[in-house]
Amino acid sequence: MNQVRTINPSISTGSWIRDKIFLKMSFSQYLKSLFTPFNFVCALILSVGIPVAFWRFLYGLGPTTNLSDTNPWGLWLGFDMFSGVPLAAGGFVIGTAVYIFGAKEYKSLVRPAILTGFLGYFLAVGGLCFDLGRPWRLPYPMFVSLGTASILFLVAWHVALYLTTQLVEWSPAIFEWLGWKKVREWLVKITIGATIFGAILSTLHQSALGGLFLLMPTKVHPLWYSPFIPLLFFVSAILGGITMLVVESMISHKTFGYQLEHHDHEHFDRITLGLGKAAAFTLITYFILKVMSIAHSNNWSLLGTWPYGYLLLTEIFGFILFPCLLFFVAVRKNNARLVRIASIIAIVGIVFNRVNVSIIGLNWDAPIRYHPKWSEYVISITWITVGLLLFRWIVNRMPILYRHPEYKDEH
Amino acid sequence: MSINRRNFLKLIAGAGAAGAVGLPKSGHAVEDFEGWPDTYGVLVDTSLCIGCRACEAACNQANQLPTPPQSFEDQKVFETVRRPDAGAFTVVNRYQNETTNGQPVFVKKQCMHCNEPACFSACLVKAFTKTPEGAVVYNPDICIGCRYCMQACPFYMPGYEYNSAFAPRVRKCTLCYDRISKTGGVPACVEACPQETLVFGKRKALIKLANRRLLSDSKYISHIYGEREVGGTSWMYISKVPFETLGFNMKMGVTPIPKYSYGFLWTVPLVLTIWPALLGGIYSITKRSDDLAKEAEKKTGSATAQPQLKVVGTAERSK
Repeated sequence: MNQVRTINPSISTGSWIRDKIFLKMSFSQYLKSLFTPFNFVCALILSVGIPVAFWRFLYGLGPTTNLSDTNPWGLWLGFDMFSGVPLAAGGFVIGTAVYIFGAKEYKSLVRPAILTGFLGYFLAVGGLCFDLGRPWRLPYPMFVSLGTASILFLVAWHVALYLTTQLVEWSPAIFEWLGWKKVREWLVKITIGATIFGAILSTLHQSALGGLFLLMPTKVHPLWYSPFIPLLFFVSAILGGITMLVVESMISHKTFGYQLEHHDHEHFDRITLGLGKAAAFTLITYFILKVMSIAHSNNWSLLGTWPYGYLLLTEIFGFILFPCLLFFVAVRKNNARLVRIASIIAIVGIVFNRVNVSIIGLNWDAPIRYHPKWSEYVISITWITVGLLLFRWIVNRMPILYRHPEYKDEH
Repeated sequence: MSINRRNFLKLIAGAGAAGAVGLPKSGHAVEDFEGWPDTYGVLVDTSLCIGCRACEAACNQANQLPTPPQSFEDQKVFETVRRPDAGAFTVVNRYQNETTNGQPVFVKKQCMHCNEPACFSACLVKAFTKTPEGAVVYNPDICIGCRYCMQACPFYMPGYEYNSAFAPRVRKCTLCYDRISKTGGVPACVEACPQETLVFGKRKALIKLANRRLLSDSKYISHIYGEREVGGTSWMYISKVPFETLGFNMKMGVTPIPKYSYGFLWTVPLVLTIWPALLGGIYSITKRSDDLAKEAEKKTGSATAQPQLKVVGTAERSK
């Protein structure tokens, strides 16, 4: 990463493929530049993950997972889908804040956020394809047979539409990279419309993911089953969006710092602190809703039960109140580093909550419990790796973190 | 176009978007649905079952299921509690404990064929149909394999062909729909039962029969399992030992499972209509204050050397 790279897209080497794909290096230079420790680890993961993927698609879910008739949902849904989607909410959260609420200070976050959002959803849908029995029928709920009474129907439509919306929101970067000015101009014009549409879709599908569990009143542990569950999923998705923005911009600044024209640490820290404040208030809202959902179902007595009561208490104290306190302290003391630490804790908390709802607390009193098979972990880890590689590939080539010089005035 | 059975069922299914199954409106706002009026069902009297597994064998044959490793005469299968799966749509389990006075009690399990099935309202491609005859049937031709139906089923009944890589299906009892939709047809298991443990008939008549049996012998537990559970099911059970000890979940409630999701479905049109107005409104306000700031800047700002709009962010405002 120490290489000095010319990121100015106006400087051309004269060859399209060298400009756009090989980062302005010759092919052999480019190949050499790929030998890094990070790439080595990624290659190692993929060398295990790709054969496992073939195994899954050629031999089915039976040999490759620990799914059963009693526990038909596992890690690929609980982690890749139910945890991945709220953590990809950054694009919707920051897009709404910047374009609708006019929080212009945060504009530099919009593009990377929408890119991570798009990739997050792309990976969630990809993970879903591993889990579905017949993934090639993915368009069936849209075009072949419409199950309008199903909440999953809602999720399918909204995720598909939202993926498209995010592509539209993010595509100006693609067309700046390719240099197609007219198309880009037209796409920029519909930004506000796309942002509002994205906010509607996100509100609905983030809460609908929680709504899926409403049909399982006898199966989800009562501490997590609640008529509030759609609202809890929605509010925690906003939290996921904010905290992922903090972490993702932190990593970007470390890894891709050379791309940033000014690399203004003070401005960057100020943005981080602003996000920290937003996270603190979101956590308070989430905490109140969480307590209300226990009170609504009068489940106080279950809080003392092992292990479920303790899992929920860990969620509330360790992953809601504790990071909330850290965020407030950080904002008071102007400590951006603390915001980053609190964000990581909150993110772990969201994954912990989703796993509690969709794996640990689901079918909790069934005779057979589910534990993921090693190959399920492999696929989940492989997908995260694919996401990181895609993100890096795009950020290295397209104007995501920096402003394209030809369109600078418009920003 | 002739209306064959399939099309008729599709029509019925299509009308049922609001409820689990469509019914002509009664003219009142009350929406409680007590099942198709002429629906069939099966009454199981667990006190009569001898555990011969003839029903399992008949089911296996009627549905052309693979031959199991252990024969249907083999009593060893009773050593564990089994559940229906892709290879067996029904299983008989043996329960022998203190509450049964050491006597074995056999219980046949299969899809309960709910009046308002959870699987129906879970399915995003409408692969399930509740027929007027009472059977809940599944169409593998449109199923995408998400297995939400299995997760939604409060009885843990549907099984899945996990070992099929290219055409996995959800598998479960069909109430022998092909047989019962013909006049005089009876499910294979009922036909095979030598003890009259299983009685097939109109659901309403079966409830009367069950009540008569409960009255005739005080040893019966005064409960018909399936009469009201999750809104009522086509299969119903009576027993002389407490249902809890026979692997029945007694905490089902009487609310049909699909009803639990109605409250949420109701919020969808709200968000779809309120959000654009709300967010659009906020955007207009933001834009207007921006425009005003720009105008003010034009008037006064020309004097200053660098006319730069100062954006006051949340972080600064709080100071």
